[in-house]
Amino acid sequence: MTNGYDIRGNAPLIMLENIGMIYKIGDISYEVLKGINLTIENGEFVSIMGASGSGKSTLMNILGCLDKPTSGSYFLEGRDVSGLTSDELAEIRNKKIGFVFQGFNLIQRLSVIENVMLPLYYSGLHSKDSEEMAMEALKLVDLSEKGNKFPNQISGGEQQRVAIARAIVNNAPIIMADEPTGNLDSVRGADVMNFFEKINAERGATIILVSHDRHIAGYGRRLVTVKDGMIISSETITV
Amino acid sequence: MKQKHVKFAFFLDLESAYKTLLRNKIRSFLTILGIIIGVGSVIATISIGQGASRAIQNSINSMGSNMLIILPGSSSLGGIRSGFGILPDLTLNDVYAIRKLPAVKTDSGNLGMGQQVVWHGNNWSTLVIGASSTFTEIRNWPVAKGTFFTHQQVASAANVAVIGNTAAAELFGLINPIGHIVIIHNVPFTIIGLLSVKGFNAFGQDQDDTVVIPITTMLEKIAGTTWVHAIAVSAKTSKDTSLAQSEITALLRQRHHIPPRKPDDFFVRNLTELAATANSSANTFTILLASIAAVSLLVGGIGIMNIMLVSVTERTKEIGIRMAIGAKKSDILKQFLIESSVLSLFGGILGIGLGFGISSAISAFSPLKTIVTTEPIIISLVFSLCVGIFFGFYPAFKASRMNPVEALRYE
Repeated sequence: MTNGYDIRGNAPLIMLENIGMIYKIGDISYEVLKGINLTIENGEFVSIMGASGSGKSTLMNILGCLDKPTSGSYFLEGRDVSGLTSDELAEIRNKKIGFVFQGFNLIQRLSVIENVMLPLYYSGLHSKDSEEMAMEALKLVDLSEKGNKFPNQISGGEQQRVAIARAIVNNAPIIMADEPTGNLDSVRGADVMNFFEKINAERGATIILVSHDRHIAGYGRRLVTVKDGMIISSETITV
Repeated sequence: MKQKHVKFAFFLDLESAYKTLLRNKIRSFLTILGIIIGVGSVIATISIGQGASRAIQNSINSMGSNMLIILPGSSSLGGIRSGFGILPDLTLNDVYAIRKLPAVKTDSGNLGMGQQVVWHGNNWSTLVIGASSTFTEIRNWPVAKGTFFTHQQVASAANVAVIGNTAAAELFGLINPIGHIVIIHNVPFTIIGLLSVKGFNAFGQDQDDTVVIPITTMLEKIAGTTWVHAIAVSAKTSKDTSLAQSEITALLRQRHHIPPRKPDDFFVRNLTELAATANSSANTFTILLASIAAVSLLVGGIGIMNIMLVSVTERTKEIGIRMAIGAKKSDILKQFLIESSVLSLFGGILGIGLGFGISSAISAFSPLKTIVTTEPIIISLVFSLCVGIFFGFYPAFKASRMNPVEALRYE
């Protein structure tokens, strides 16, 4: 087993080695992931596709450091993160990963800009800088005018763009998007997807997109297909 | 820089907690109602207790400051023991000797007797007190009109009297008594002063129903004896009362030729000790009442815990979002602890208002004057904050231990 720090310079951004995940409910255990091997390089736009129950959400939870695998190793920037404590994982989520969920997941009683500032608050940044950083992130998703609105005062598409701003505000190298267009119509969905492309192209952020929709998945440069807890294909998408 | 950040974050947390609680005004209010009532009743009961203890203090002080009373001892003749104050063994010479003791400021030999006082066909039975010229000082009892008799008047056994308010009203009605001559035990006395109103003493006696004459006059012309009923002594300071007590005991034993291991033939009563005893029983009563009231604070705390548990469950999704964004366990714990502390502290503040209201209502509608001091206010504020932290801890701990994946899935 390699020690991540020694090879940091040329390590891939994400490397999964033989990841397995078993859930136990009562006496019955479900093997949700079976020996996943996946490498994602810095700056990639990867789509993970699969039907519901295929294990793609579990895979995303592990990639996003929300959950720990039952077996295998996960190297993030060359560092093995599979054995870290929940507080250490929280710090990785804060600094390295931005999340965009299907249901937007904004905190309703915080204003738009306060929602965007939240990751900075948990990383312990000073408020004056954090307000500027949040405004910059909002500008990137064309919402600089809506900072003082509340989530229930703006449209679903706008809410999802706020979520994108929140994901990028900490300059996280990885953006994880779980069915980001699932609650939006196709026009707004396309709009949101354009912002992911923009972030990928302009900021060099690595985008990991999880979807069951082939059209949405098609925004990625690489398509990883998951079925029955295994990766059955990983192909570069040619436009 | 680090310090500044921590401080800022704390205010952010406070603001956020405040906003959250304002969103649910009625629920927040009902949650803290228990704390409000608890703190309110603690403050009200303590204010009643302190008012009562002040009243006791005042009535004891009205008998005189730092006062000791020396009474003649009991006799034991042929196996029959009498009570205190029977032996005719305290004399004016004892009074003059006590006067020279270092811890004693002033003293006054007293002899009180019930006597009929006559003025122009009107008469009234009252307590005639023979006293020294230091009487006003020892008893904290100045004259309202005229003058008190002087040391010379005592030395010459002058026929002068100073009259108490009640006795004056009974004998003279609305007439100014000063300058008139009254007859006591067939002896004429000129009224030279009117005592100020003293009121009732701790034992319910009307202290104003009295006539005070020089002790010498009393002994020679009315009682026909040489011994005094009591010697009232004022110690220099309140700390000197026990020193004065032991000095007087030693002096009187010597003067009365009492051999060692024989009992005293007199008795020294320390009114400061009496005051302390009365005060401590009032305090015990206050503590009892306040602890009953504190139970309702505890019940209020359980109410806070209940609502915080509901709130944590309701906001599972929010907790999941915060965790996904990078909140550590301690961040979540802190968030909910601050919320419950703000709740209970706010309850404490409203409770103080309620307590003030109750105690001023009692002052307004009853003879007892309640006293609100800062101590119970600070104590109940701190206590309600502690209640918030203590009862908020379990819900906050539960929130901080949530699994982010499951919390995010919660709808």
